[in-house]
Amino acid sequence: MQLTLSEDQIDFQDMVARFLEASSPPTEVRRLMATESGYDPEVWRRLSSELGLTGIHIPETWGGSGFGPIELGIATEQMGRYLYCGPFFASSVMATYALLQMASDEAKTALLPGLAAGETLGCLVLDDLNDPVKVGSSLAADASGHLQGTAPLVVDANNADLMLVVARETGGLGLYLLDLLEIQDTPANGLRITPRQAIDETRKLCRVSFDHTPAVRIGDVTRQGLNRLWDHIIVALAHEMIGGAQRLFDSTIEYTRLRYQFGRPIGSFQGLKHRCADLLVQLEFARSVTFHAAACLDAGNEVAHEPAMAKAMASDLYMEVARTAIQLRGGIGFTWEDDTHLWFKRAKSAEVFMGSPHLHRERMMTMLEAIS
Amino acid sequence: MKDEDIRKELESWLDEHWSPDHSLVAWRSILVDAGWAATHWPTDFHGRGFTSQQAQLVQQVFANRNIVPAASSSPRGLAAETILAHGTDEQKARYLRPILTGEHAWCQLFSEPGSGSDLAGASTRAALRDGQWVINGQKVWNTSAHHADFGILLARTNFDLPKHQGLSYFLISMHQPGVEVRPLRQMNGHASFNEVFMTDAVVPAGDLLGGEGNGWAVAATTLSYERQSFRGSRRSAVNLDLPGRVYEEYAREQAIANEPYSWYPQREGRVDLVMSRARETGAIKDPAIRQEIARLLSMQQANGLTAAVAEAKRRSGSNEIVPSGSIGKLAASIIARQAAHVHTMIAGADAMAAGPDSAVDGMIAEVLLSVPAISIAGGTDEIQRNIIAERVLGMPKETRSDTGPFRDIKRNA
Repeated sequence: MQLTLSEDQIDFQDMVARFLEASSPPTEVRRLMATESGYDPEVWRRLSSELGLTGIHIPETWGGSGFGPIELGIATEQMGRYLYCGPFFASSVMATYALLQMASDEAKTALLPGLAAGETLGCLVLDDLNDPVKVGSSLAADASGHLQGTAPLVVDANNADLMLVVARETGGLGLYLLDLLEIQDTPANGLRITPRQAIDETRKLCRVSFDHTPAVRIGDVTRQGLNRLWDHIIVALAHEMIGGAQRLFDSTIEYTRLRYQFGRPIGSFQGLKHRCADLLVQLEFARSVTFHAAACLDAGNEVAHEPAMAKAMASDLYMEVARTAIQLRGGIGFTWEDDTHLWFKRAKSAEVFMGSPHLHRERMMTMLEAIS
Repeated sequence: MKDEDIRKELESWLDEHWSPDHSLVAWRSILVDAGWAATHWPTDFHGRGFTSQQAQLVQQVFANRNIVPAASSSPRGLAAETILAHGTDEQKARYLRPILTGEHAWCQLFSEPGSGSDLAGASTRAALRDGQWVINGQKVWNTSAHHADFGILLARTNFDLPKHQGLSYFLISMHQPGVEVRPLRQMNGHASFNEVFMTDAVVPAGDLLGGEGNGWAVAATTLSYERQSFRGSRRSAVNLDLPGRVYEEYAREQAIANEPYSWYPQREGRVDLVMSRARETGAIKDPAIRQEIARLLSMQQANGLTAAVAEAKRRSGSNEIVPSGSIGKLAASIIARQAAHVHTMIAGADAMAAGPDSAVDGMIAEVLLSVPAISIAGGTDEIQRNIIAERVLGMPKETRSDTGPFRDIKRNA
C-alpha cells in the first residue's frame, strides 16, 4: 500500500497549488461567494482544459486521464486549502463518481466526456445527506421514470446542466438522469430548483423538488454500491478538509508569532503552544488516515472502515482547527474583515456534509464488527 | 560485506561453537572473543563495524537458531553506547567486555527529586578530594538499581557556572558503603524503580567520563539511545524453555531484567483487549461506548500510519521535517488515556474491583492504575508539547529564568 506521494504526484500537487494560489486568493473567494453562480467560468475553463482536473479520475476511454482517488484527493486538498469556489465537488466528485460507479456503459459514453472536459456541469441529487442507509426515503420514481419528492440539500444544482438522481423504485433504488438543457425549470414538468441560503457561501446549495418530473433511468443502485459511492465522495471531502485545516493551522501559528501582548509574542505562552501541539498530532493523524483511505480505494479494496474513519477524523480536526484559529486571534478572528470565518464556515458545513463524525464512527464500528 | 556472506560465516561459526551446555558467562565470552557479541561496535572493541542493518541480520540469525545472545538489557546498553562514544581506551577496555558477558549490570542515575523534567538542574554534588570524586545527593526513578554493579551518574562539579556547564558524568560502583538503594513503590503497587542515596560515595578520578564539565553533552548521548530503545521490544526473541545450562541461566537473567517492565503494556492502555471485552460484556451494543471505541481504534490506526509515513519519508531521504519522536510520544499518551476511558465504560461498576478475580485477571484494574505513568515517563506530555511547539512549529521560546551561575537559580529546597 502506498504511504507517501510519488515524485510525479508531488509535481502535480505543486501545479494545482500554484494555479489556485493565483486564481483563488481570498479577495476572489469573497467576490465569488457573493454571486449567484458562485464561480468564475474562465477559471473553471482553465482548471478543466489546462490542468485537466475535471477528468483526473475518469478513465481515458471516456475522455479523462485515468488516475484515481489519490490524484483526485490531491486536487480537492488544494481546493480546500485555497477555498476554491466552483462546482468541482458537485460535478467532478459527486456526479462523476455516481456515473462511473452506477451508470450503464451507454450513459457513461454519452455523459462522461463532457464532464471530463468540464464542458458540462453535473450535480448529484440525494434526498439524504446524512447516511447512505436513508437515501431513497423521500424521492421515488414510478415505472415510467417520473420522479416525485424533494431533496432539501443539493450542492450546485443551480449551476448544473445535468442532474443525476438516486430514487426509490419498486424493489430498490435506481439512478436517473435529467438533462436540464432539455427540461427547463417550468411548472409543466414539475421540477423546481430553489437556491438556499448556506452557512458556507462558497458552496452553493439548492432545494430540488420533483412533481411527476420525467427522467431517464440509466443505472442500478445497490445498497452496497451506494455505500461504495458514499465512501469515494467522503474521501475526496476528507482531503478537502485536510487542505483547509492545514492552511488555517499554518496561518494561526504565524499569527501567534507576530502578535505581541504583555511585551512578548503570544506564541511564547504555553497555553497557546500546548493547544497548537495537540492540534498538530490530530492533524498528522487525520492526514495519514485520509491518505490511507484514498490508497485503499485506489487499490480497489472492498469497502472497509477506512473512508468512514477518515471522514470522522478530518471533520473533527477541521472544526477543532477552525475553533482554535478564531480563539487564538481573539476579537479580530470574529470579524467579517478577517478571513478566518471563510474557512470556519467551510469546516462547519463539511463536518455535517455526507454524514457527521458520529455517524461515520457508527458505520466504522459496524464494518469492524463484521470483519473481526 | 554482503548479507549472504555474513550469514554464511556466522552460521558455520555457530555450527562449530554453539552448545547449550556452556555456562552463560562462558558462552558469552566465546561470543565476545570471536567478535559476534556486538557486531555494530568498532573492531578495536569487540565489534566488526557493521551497519545497524547488518547487525540486525546477525541478531536475526541468533533468533532463528534460538541461540542466546550477548547481554543487552536497557540500562546496560545505554552505559555501553555512552562509554563507546565518550570513553578513554582504558575505560572501554575495562567496562565494555563485562557488559557484553552479563557479568556487570548497570543502572542510570540521572533524575533527582528536585530535577525531573529539568534534568540539567541536577544538584547532586561531586567534589574532588584527595584525588578522587566524592559524591553527595539523591537520585530517583532508577530501574534495576538494586541489581546493578555500576551506575552512570550525572552530578554537578561546579555550582558557579551556568547550569548546563557545571555538570559531569561518572561511572560509579554501586557496591560501596556510601551508596544506599531503596525500592520506590508506585501507585499501581509495583516497585519497578528505586531511590539511590549517595553519602560521601566515592568515584576514582579515572572514572569521570568525557571530561569535567562535559556532563550534559555526554548525557545527551545516553538520552538519545534511550529514546531509540523506547521503540524496541523488550521481549527476548529466544525460546527459554529449552534444556541446557545456558538456557537456564539466561532465563533467570531475563526474568530479573524484565520484571520491572511487566506492567508496561498496561500503561499503554491494552487497546488489544477492547473489542473482546466489549463483546463479552455486551457493551458493544451501547451506542455511546461504540463511539468511544471507534475514536480509540481510529487513533490507534492513525498513530501506526503516521509512524509508517514518517519512516517511509526518512528512508526516502526526504528533507521534510517529520516530527515523529515527540508526536509519537504524545500520541501514545492520548491513546492510553482514551483506552483507559473505554475500559472504564466497558467495565462499569466492575472497574471498582482489582486483583486476580477481577476483569481479565486484574489486567483492567492494572490498566486503570498504570496509564497515568505514560504521560510522565521519558518526558512529560507538557515537555513534549513544548518541544513540538518550539522545534517543529517554530513558536517563540519562553523567556528563560535559569541563566547565570547555577547557585543563584531558584530551585527546590
